[in-house]
Amino acid sequence: MITLEKVSFTYRSGQRALQDVDLNIEGGDFIAIMGENGAGKTTLAKHLNGLLKPSQGRVLVDGEDTRKVSVANLSRKVGLVFQNPDHLLFSETVKDEVAFGLKNFGFTPEVVHKQVERTLEALGLSEYAESSPFLLSGGERKRVALAAILATEPDYLILDEPTIGQDYQQKERLRNFILQLYSQGKAVVMITHDVEFVAESNPKVILLSQGRIVARGPADSVLSKDELVKKASLVRPQMSRLFGELAKYGLPSDVVDVHRARILLEEKLSEAKVRVAQNS
Amino acid sequence: MAHAPREIILAKNLGFQYVGAQRAAIEGIDLSIRENEFILLTGPSGCGKTSLCRCLNGLIPNFYQGEWTGELLVDGLSVTTQLTSELSRKVGYVFQNPENQLFALTVEKDIAFGPENLGLSREEIRQRVDEAMNVTGTLPLKDLAPYELSGGQQQRVALAGVLAMKPSVIVLDEPTSFLDPHTAEEVMGATDDLRRELGLTIVVVEHRLDLVVRYAERIVVMDAGKIVADGDLEETLDEKFDLLEGLGVGVPRVSLLWTMLRRDGLVSGKVPTHVESAASSLGDMMSQ
Amino acid sequence: MSLRTLEGFKFSTLKTPVHLLDPRTKFLIVIAVLVPALLFANIYVMIALLLSQLPLLLVGKVARRWALSLRAGVFLSALIFVVNLFTGSYLSAIALTLRFLVLLTSFSLFFMTTSPDDLGLALDRIGAVRWLSRRWLGYPNALSFTFTTAVRLVPTLAVDAQTVVDAQRSRGLELDKGNLLKRVRNYIPILIPLLLIAIRRSLELAEALESRGFPGKEGRTSLFQLKLRPVDYAIIAVSLAIIGISFWVYFHYKIPVL
Repeated sequence: MITLEKVSFTYRSGQRALQDVDLNIEGGDFIAIMGENGAGKTTLAKHLNGLLKPSQGRVLVDGEDTRKVSVANLSRKVGLVFQNPDHLLFSETVKDEVAFGLKNFGFTPEVVHKQVERTLEALGLSEYAESSPFLLSGGERKRVALAAILATEPDYLILDEPTIGQDYQQKERLRNFILQLYSQGKAVVMITHDVEFVAESNPKVILLSQGRIVARGPADSVLSKDELVKKASLVRPQMSRLFGELAKYGLPSDVVDVHRARILLEEKLSEAKVRVAQNS
Repeated sequence: MAHAPREIILAKNLGFQYVGAQRAAIEGIDLSIRENEFILLTGPSGCGKTSLCRCLNGLIPNFYQGEWTGELLVDGLSVTTQLTSELSRKVGYVFQNPENQLFALTVEKDIAFGPENLGLSREEIRQRVDEAMNVTGTLPLKDLAPYELSGGQQQRVALAGVLAMKPSVIVLDEPTSFLDPHTAEEVMGATDDLRRELGLTIVVVEHRLDLVVRYAERIVVMDAGKIVADGDLEETLDEKFDLLEGLGVGVPRVSLLWTMLRRDGLVSGKVPTHVESAASSLGDMMSQ
Repeated sequence: MSLRTLEGFKFSTLKTPVHLLDPRTKFLIVIAVLVPALLFANIYVMIALLLSQLPLLLVGKVARRWALSLRAGVFLSALIFVVNLFTGSYLSAIALTLRFLVLLTSFSLFFMTTSPDDLGLALDRIGAVRWLSRRWLGYPNALSFTFTTAVRLVPTLAVDAQTVVDAQRSRGLELDKGNLLKRVRNYIPILIPLLLIAIRRSLELAEALESRGFPGKEGRTSLFQLKLRPVDYAIIAVSLAIIGISFWVYFHYKIPVL
């Protein structure tokens, strides 16, 4: 479990990025951290693997204080996937790229080889094993970066804006992959502003605004509250806005997912059909 | 009596293959765009949308080398015979990443950059810069450095810089990818306002349809380098929904909901494209 | 030497009298400091040159960041001092170390108070630069533009560098461990992504600029232009005087180190 206890962080420039953040992340959790630009999302992510140490409060990863452990050590458990894959890629082949983290952590060549194969397979990158990462498309490079972090099988996976620039199919693949990971007992934390993606994936949502957590809860309750959503410079998911307009028909307001929406509407529409049939 | 708006972009069997590529990025493109249209260009990743946009302002073939086939006329100019700098007077391009298209030290200098390249008189440049700042609401930002601005402000400045060239067409290539949803809606709304005020033709490339459906009347869908659908947005969503879904286009959630209910026979009628029309159609169905 | 040493050379958009001076004036100030600093190895001269720049630093409101750049120079200054102890006298070592600091201050002051845009405008006016640019790159303003764009990209790339370091550390890269050879090799995962990011950024920027008509068929006009004002002429006059006097003294007298 990763625990943040009353974490506050101020940059050297004096800018206060986080204030009094309390948070627990356990295996099997799927969490979405949302908030406006500058709310502190990336700052928070960097505290989870020790890149940043809190100015006040502390961060514990499996009981160890991040101030007492090196980033390299914490990275064995906490995998942070940066938003722009180009900040990571430097190897001659995709294979070498994915092997980098494994080599840094001192695994034997046999283990490295096996893990690289497995990870490439899991992410559909096996055909690119010998390719240069720089010649791949944007979406493929993003997957290579993800593979590079996943290869060492961290318990906690932090994804910084994984859906930017991805088309719908790519996002579906990502969603399924995340599902696999947290159902295997890993923790997945996603920083995102993609409201519809969150609405369909149903993580627990943590809303950050100006460095503080202003809301936490299931996606359908957090994202259907207008004032909260506005504060975070987001918009309510389409389903929520739709059901807002249909409130007078006795429909609940905290609906964000299309499938739940459909079930609720099916009921009302069937009733209406029955009424029509009876009246004619 | 109103006359039909003139044709401002005409592509005939347009094709392009980048140097060293295995296959053509776009091929057999036949496209006609009229003045003042708002077009949504969409399709799965790698379908050629960006390549098509690059042809519109001359980046292809001037900046990107490769094999060109077919014809492309933009406001009367044939793209293959013009330099990008000439075409930039006709077609403006707003890129996906706000940071990498602004570079001057102040917003004002950045907006002036385009007109300066045209060799206009200082007075003319001054006038264009002021107009562009006024119409995009970026006047209060004029002495700030681009890197001090938020993503949304940066995109508005990029728009202003493009407007200062006084183009007739503006191409926006996934302009809201890096923006949060609220700002994305603002930028889209501002783009449509500009279209109405200045009579511009707008082409927006976007994966997430719900952002643009309110403004775009026409949708052009591409797949593997070819155009697979081209027509009125609402009609195409209604008639070709399965095609779009199959391609992995991000159809609006309300449209998806409606088609699911329609398949079950619980609703009938045209697929709504945004929340308000969906609410009113569903309301009608439920209050029978 | 952390990345923060660059702070002492970064331009800040303020509107102090020093900032508003024409870049050519400020460059002449640098020459007016450089010439006596290089001609003489006298400790009093060095101290005088250092002190004379203080009012400029204060009026320009860049004194604090100048202190940062001095801190950056500590290592090099110490090195210069030690090397000169072996090759010369104790006094000459002091003088030469002071000279280094004088030069550092002079350049720091120049870059902190001169915007890259103004530098570009100034370079654009220099005939030699335009000629070279036309021969080399085909357009008279291309060279000065290349220079100023490079300067503008420095702060952006500094942020990228930090991000790359963070990203690679998050994969277990340890930059402070191992022998010298290992440490040097550890910089490959930092330099390669940074280089590629720099190239990608410049290509994207080039695309965006070309889409706005750069470089243009005919000559480019500029919305803003440099104007020499009375205060510029005054300072230019003083600077030329200092340069002239320095040369005259140099050729007529022998100035000792102390």
